[in-house]
Amino acid sequence: MKRSPAGAAKNLVSYLLLAGMLVFLLFPFYWTFVTSIKPESELYGKTVTYWPRKATFESYTRLFSDYNFIRPMTNSLIVAASTTLVSLTVSLLAAYSFSRFQFKGRKFLMTLFLTNNMFPTVLLLIPLYAIMRKLGILYTPFALILAYTTFTIPFSIWLLNGYLADLPPSLEEAAMVDGANRAQAFVRIVLPVLMPCIVATGAYVFMTSWNEYTFAVMFTNEANRTIPVSLKNLIGQLGVEWGMLTAGGIITIVPVCFMFFFAQKRLIEGLTAGAVKG
Amino acid sequence: MGRKRNPWPYLLVAPALLTVLTVVFIPVVNAVSMSFQSYDLRRPSRIGFIGLGNYAEVLSDPLFWQSVWKTVVWVGVGVGFQFLFGFILALLLNRRFFGRGIVRSISLIPWVTPGVLIGLMWRWIYDGSYGVLNDILLRLGIIRDYVPFLARGDTAFPAVILTIIWQGIPFFALMILAGLQGIPEELYDAADVDGANGVQKLFRITIPSLRNVIFVTTLLRIIWVSNSVDVIFNLTEGGPAYATQTLSVYVFNKGNSLNLGYAATMSILLALMLSSVAVVYLRRIFRNQEAAR
Repeated sequence: MKRSPAGAAKNLVSYLLLAGMLVFLLFPFYWTFVTSIKPESELYGKTVTYWPRKATFESYTRLFSDYNFIRPMTNSLIVAASTTLVSLTVSLLAAYSFSRFQFKGRKFLMTLFLTNNMFPTVLLLIPLYAIMRKLGILYTPFALILAYTTFTIPFSIWLLNGYLADLPPSLEEAAMVDGANRAQAFVRIVLPVLMPCIVATGAYVFMTSWNEYTFAVMFTNEANRTIPVSLKNLIGQLGVEWGMLTAGGIITIVPVCFMFFFAQKRLIEGLTAGAVKG
Repeated sequence: MGRKRNPWPYLLVAPALLTVLTVVFIPVVNAVSMSFQSYDLRRPSRIGFIGLGNYAEVLSDPLFWQSVWKTVVWVGVGVGFQFLFGFILALLLNRRFFGRGIVRSISLIPWVTPGVLIGLMWRWIYDGSYGVLNDILLRLGIIRDYVPFLARGDTAFPAVILTIIWQGIPFFALMILAGLQGIPEELYDAADVDGANGVQKLFRITIPSLRNVIFVTTLLRIIWVSNSVDVIFNLTEGGPAYATQTLSVYVFNKGNSLNLGYAATMSILLALMLSSVAVVYLRRIFRNQEAAR
């Protein structure tokens, strides 16, 4: 039945549509990569080439030798890794509480965490700047780590709560009957089962912190600039150097892609669970 | 009954709650109080309470109203097309074909790309002297001369909107795809027995079953897209001549120019506008969560 000519034509149309969609979604990455391996002369030549006549990694080496790109990479890594650790720890505790206990104010507190995601970044930006300055942590990595928890904690709680709700409480209860206390039951039983979900949540937190720009540009200075801020600054400092800019872009996106491919299955399950149920 | 209250649930929530109170609620309160003050760091001697002065000034600022209008178009057209293309992509990815898993993951990459990088990549694509978009359009005979897309008042805004559409398609596709996979096959089988065609199945089964997913995802995207600063800022910084300045970008620019009272006032007005969307979203999420238990 599926082999009818009309069916084949329909199939062809949908493959063409899909191919078109993919070209639209992926071309900018292809273009960024191609630009990053073109020699200067070809970048600003008379004709636009779609594959370099002579590929070179000069832009990458210059990015590290002339601009010391290692520094923003290290800063981003420190900020993103610490944010992930902090957010996961406090969110896991809170999510466990929400999913395992019925208590007065539970619903109110959950709403409180959810509403956090709704505040415009620019609303928090200005007062946070003043707070960071008062706390004496402005222009240190702590400022960013603290600022990023504004959106990573609510989000992690929401995701982890969803994962935990899918784990039957009888799992720990069985261990508690056998004499373990709740903390032991949590560490020995829940944590191992939940690990893939924690990793996925962590990957998401890491990616959003690694990518963040608006807070980073306000709360950092020369010494602790993160990658997004450095990329933007490359334009200001050197005029527009598209070879180096695109090389920096490729370096930024590669770790994110790796993490995403690694974590995507659980992450997508967690993200879509809330919306799909009901 | 004299039931003893268990302190554990509260203790477990406490660290998260304290952090969030410090970094969200105190700043919100500060922003509100700043909005009632003349708070311009370039004129520190004049810092002080001015009541509704900032609000009066903002509401009579033509640039504010222009940026509100820009935000409406930015969100309306942006999210609208994100939904449309995301929906089509989800339908395409829901079919069985070789390599579907890989195609599905790589098509999501724009969603995890940093806003700054999105801005830079597209800025280079739109470039008026060496941009690839100009080359493609020229080769296709659509334009005769290179167009500086981001420097012209009439093309800059469509260009930034196209970029945000590109960024948002994957998230819609991801959510809708998950929804599609939750629709029981029997519904379609029953429709086949009744002799329904593809279009009828789409409008009678697929779309009604996805109502919740579409609703929740759209609200979430509206909030995110209205708040987004980094894409526009890295493409045009709001220019040329404020042609791409949405309210979020306007607040960001005002903050950068150190007029904090004014910026805070506008950000509060933005939050108030979005709160209507947020309330609807939260209600729906809660209903879902309670229904899911």
